[in-house]
Amino acid sequence: MQTKRMTFSNSWLPYALLAPQVIVTLIFFIWPASQALYQSFLRQDIFGLRTTFVWFDNFSRLFADPLYLNSLKVTFWFSVGTTVLSMSVALLFAVMVNRMIRSRDSYTTFLVWPYAVAPAIAGVLWWFIFNPSIGIMPYMLKGFGYDWNHRSSSTDAMILVIIAAAWKQISYNFLFFLAGLQSIPQSLIEAAAIDGASRFKRFWTIVFPLLSPITFFLMVVNVVYAMFDTFGVIHATTEGGPAQATNILVYKVYRDGFVNLNLGSSAAQSVILMAIVIVLTVIQFRYIERRVNY
Amino acid sequence: MVENNRWGNLFAHLVLILGVTIVVFPVYVAIIASTHPPGTFIRGVMPLLPGPNAIENYRIVITEGRSRAGTPPIGGMLWNSFVMAMAITIGKLSISLLSAFAIVYFRFPFRIFFFWIIFLTLMLPVEVRIVPTFQVVADLGMLNSFAGLSIPLIASATATFLFRQFFMTVPEELMEAARVDGAGPMKFFKDILMPLSITNIAALFVIMFIYGWNQYLWPLLITTDPEYYTIVMGIQRMVTGGDSEPLWHLVMATVVLAALPPILVILFMQRLFVKGLTETEK
Repeated sequence: MQTKRMTFSNSWLPYALLAPQVIVTLIFFIWPASQALYQSFLRQDIFGLRTTFVWFDNFSRLFADPLYLNSLKVTFWFSVGTTVLSMSVALLFAVMVNRMIRSRDSYTTFLVWPYAVAPAIAGVLWWFIFNPSIGIMPYMLKGFGYDWNHRSSSTDAMILVIIAAAWKQISYNFLFFLAGLQSIPQSLIEAAAIDGASRFKRFWTIVFPLLSPITFFLMVVNVVYAMFDTFGVIHATTEGGPAQATNILVYKVYRDGFVNLNLGSSAAQSVILMAIVIVLTVIQFRYIERRVNY
Repeated sequence: MVENNRWGNLFAHLVLILGVTIVVFPVYVAIIASTHPPGTFIRGVMPLLPGPNAIENYRIVITEGRSRAGTPPIGGMLWNSFVMAMAITIGKLSISLLSAFAIVYFRFPFRIFFFWIIFLTLMLPVEVRIVPTFQVVADLGMLNSFAGLSIPLIASATATFLFRQFFMTVPEELMEAARVDGAGPMKFFKDILMPLSITNIAALFVIMFIYGWNQYLWPLLITTDPEYYTIVMGIQRMVTGGDSEPLWHLVMATVVLAALPPILVILFMQRLFVKGLTETEK
């Protein structure tokens, strides 16, 4: 890793400069993470009196536990739903805004601010709109003959949390897609137009392939967002229910650790989550290396 | 423009206006709901036009709160959120600036090792290590304090990377000139590097402030004393505290007040926000 060609020479100053960051990292990141790793190999009896070392037993129990497997499945569908919904809507908006000349900035302003809304608040907002007794959406859906109730229907609850989580993420995806569209050379599009390609064809054969690095990058970011930053959406609205239908992994770790006080299992779940984050981060960084070359 | 298609443009405007409407709709509904008297929500479907009770509702949430459900007046919660967001933002920016400076402008043993320690924080979001982190904070006696709310969140790999990238682009000559003139490292940092980084600092400030303000899980875990509730987590207490249907007019007034500060920050500093967002992800 590089430094400047010429550096300051001082034997203690660099350590002093790094100290605050490194101390915070050691105390609040590395130490708890290693504790999670350690605790994932332990099990306490129900009274918390005796702790035994159980090797990988916590993990094998997790993967034999139908509730955990269900949570994996729920997380998968939730992430896919959130990512696909927010990215496709954002791409549509970005393509449309990119055609505009004078109104581009005003539309952008209207589309970026949901980024500032906390996931928990986004959840409460949509929860209110979909509230079965007073909400507007169930009232309208009833007109179409659909009886919306996210308190009893698993599908409805899942749709609700996906909409709330995706809504907040549209701004982010929109800004990146718009930046990507603006960096596509106009000459390529003009050349295709001269060759007689229709607008639709130009989009699918030129614009979309050129956007693929950004699309891939956003996919990773959105999956990370859906898996780890949406705790608030779930906790403030469905609380994992009905019948575990929205119990995503992050929420389950919290429940098992703080409500059910099953520390061994919660620690094992933390370790699995860390493994997932590490894999996703590595994918993201490999991609960045590739983008630099291209 | 390749071809100017009037109908196509009209169609695009229609799609966008519809899209903007859908995106704005939840907040519109919240603002409307916060202006109605409590009776409206018993009578059935939520209206789409403002009601007469706006001032009364906002007065209640800001000054009185809902004592029965155990939520304090939100004036205090707004203040707590602000203090937490500022502490996280300033903390993150200062320790990242210092460590990026150390990594770029010094050569010392274990430099790469420290760089990797900082890098690791990227891989360990609070959500994946909540129980042990909570134990550490509890052991340090930092529950129910502003230190506990902010310090565990201030380590930042992204800000450190961003400043490192930026410092690498600062011309070498500046430092040579400073050294020839007899400036030490800290003087160089304060009088040359900081003024050059001011746009980057401002852009990150916007992003970090929003990040800090919107913290949810962490305040939820470590505050049990209503004195230290932050507004974003306080809403959850209002929705689920109490046995009956939530008092929607007050909940929505709180939602509007909780979402307003970060939204204003984005709207007034849109350029910086976009810069901060796109650069932290590089």
